[in-house]
Amino acid sequence: MGSKPLNRRELLKNSAAIAGGLTLGAAAPAMGAQQTPESHHAPPSWPMIKGDKDMIAYGDRSKYVTSVRIAHPVGGRPSPDQFGLTFHIATPLQDSVGVITPSSLHYVATTRGAFMPDIDPKEHRLMIHGLVDRPLTFTMEDLKRLPSVTRLHFIECAGNRSSRAAKNVQQTHGMVSCAEWTGVLLSTLLKECGVKASAKWFVAEGAEEVKGASSMPIAKAMDDCILAYGMNGEAVRPQNGFPLRLMVPGFEGIFHTKYLRRIKVVDRYYMNYNDFGHLDQEAKIAALEYQIGPKSVITFPSGEQRLPGKGFYEISGLAWSGGGAIKLVEVSTDGGKKWNKADFKGTPQRMAFTRFGYQWNWDGSETEILSRCTDELGQVQPTRAQIAKYWNKPYDQTFTVPGLDNSAQPWRIANDGSVTNGFA
Amino acid sequence: MGSPRISPFAFVLPVLLMGGASALAQGPAFGIGRTPTPEEIKALDISIGPTGEELPPGKGNAKEGAELYRTKGCAACHGAQGIGGAAPNLKGKDPKNPDLWARGRILPLRAPFATTVWDYINRGMPLNSEGTLTADEVYSLTAFLLFINDVIPEDQALDQQSLPKVKMPIGDSYAPLPDWKPRTKRLPGYPF
Repeated sequence: MGSKPLNRRELLKNSAAIAGGLTLGAAAPAMGAQQTPESHHAPPSWPMIKGDKDMIAYGDRSKYVTSVRIAHPVGGRPSPDQFGLTFHIATPLQDSVGVITPSSLHYVATTRGAFMPDIDPKEHRLMIHGLVDRPLTFTMEDLKRLPSVTRLHFIECAGNRSSRAAKNVQQTHGMVSCAEWTGVLLSTLLKECGVKASAKWFVAEGAEEVKGASSMPIAKAMDDCILAYGMNGEAVRPQNGFPLRLMVPGFEGIFHTKYLRRIKVVDRYYMNYNDFGHLDQEAKIAALEYQIGPKSVITFPSGEQRLPGKGFYEISGLAWSGGGAIKLVEVSTDGGKKWNKADFKGTPQRMAFTRFGYQWNWDGSETEILSRCTDELGQVQPTRAQIAKYWNKPYDQTFTVPGLDNSAQPWRIANDGSVTNGFA
Repeated sequence: MGSPRISPFAFVLPVLLMGGASALAQGPAFGIGRTPTPEEIKALDISIGPTGEELPPGKGNAKEGAELYRTKGCAACHGAQGIGGAAPNLKGKDPKNPDLWARGRILPLRAPFATTVWDYINRGMPLNSEGTLTADEVYSLTAFLLFINDVIPEDQALDQQSLPKVKMPIGDSYAPLPDWKPRTKRLPGYPF
């Protein structure tokens, strides 16, 4: 700031910032000597949080913030179970703000119940081999020397579908999350190894007990896959694949191989166990099992929330697509008769959450609200009735959306302001 | 050194010039990473593709597999007859139904290649003791599961050569895999 002497206001601003930074909490009284004469600071009515060693080392949220993950689906296998195995855990979307899911709240899925591997990153290796000119093995240190990228990406579990039994948005949509991922592009390493012309697919494999492996098109590897060691500004968490996770932006969650230890470049679909699970009789349905379609959901107001009365509300929600960036989000407040353009909070990123808002005056009468989105490829999020019509199936309670369910989620608002699942 | 990303056109030219030996005929840009030894590669190379080229030596048949199915604890989770346990069924419920797709997602019945069955037993079983089965034991258990689904006779021995040749009942009745390309819709003609 140069040598210009600080005026009184700048001094005050700086000392307040220093005081706030040192005492963990804005409630700390500012230094008395620097208060202006006209300020009257009553003693605070709330207790102070004393700094302890743990809190200084790694901060906690307020005890009043109690949002937590839950086992998914409703009535399914518990996580943890009696042996400490983790199955599926859903993120509390109803409490989310912005587009980043905190690492502690990121959804988790395992291909079968699993303990979290406790991997020493010093011992971890990634090997790339198969149809390459030069097979190579990398340490984590090696990977961190290479040019990195940092990108926002969502991950969504193929089983993230709303049901009649689901009561809130955590239960209907909680198996999707978005984080900032940092790592090396897989294409950077594949170029380092020299991919042979006969390469068509690659197999990615984890180091956990089941050594989960999936076949993916080599075109995806060369396009935008990331070997991620960073997540939301720190190391990837064990539940999300520490120390190294393969990000396959826009593909179903199962492809995002955790604890990544090996990539084999091959000439054919390798038909691993996970691959076999993607087979279908119908080519059209098989095609829907890779790239996720355009999808959005209103997170406020959503199931089990309650509007205190008529008046102004900003409807808020999230939109994402495996096809790229979100181009348009529309909100209906009359059950889908009229659609209104929502605004974006920030610039939509490719294969990442986009937060949207829509300003709404509720007149206090019963209604249904829902959102739909369009992505950069022109793919439009459908209603379930539209999907049924496309597949020439009757739309009733027995109808199941083929592939990953990206249908619009209706929330019903009653006269008393209570919000319930429109599918129930 | 500039961006390591090369333009899409850079792929084409070297291939044309060098007879297509490598899609990315260029040297390493960073010189980071170590060359694994053949032994290191072999130790990790456990994904068994349809040709079976990664299969280790060994052999086994369904009779031996039936015994292992009991002694290794498989029956406790998958049921004594491969059906009705807490873990996924290993035998189709309705063996008379000619429509395989209606008989459930049974690995040793619906897998297009017997290598997939071998691979998964070797990779992920038994629960909490993964990686402890010998190659002979995996061949035997694979033979047992294929036998109880009427895929092979009880006395057929499976090994490196014969396992990939087993004709699985699903044949090629599954849909072809999608030809994924960047920045394209997930299914041509599908509006959603």
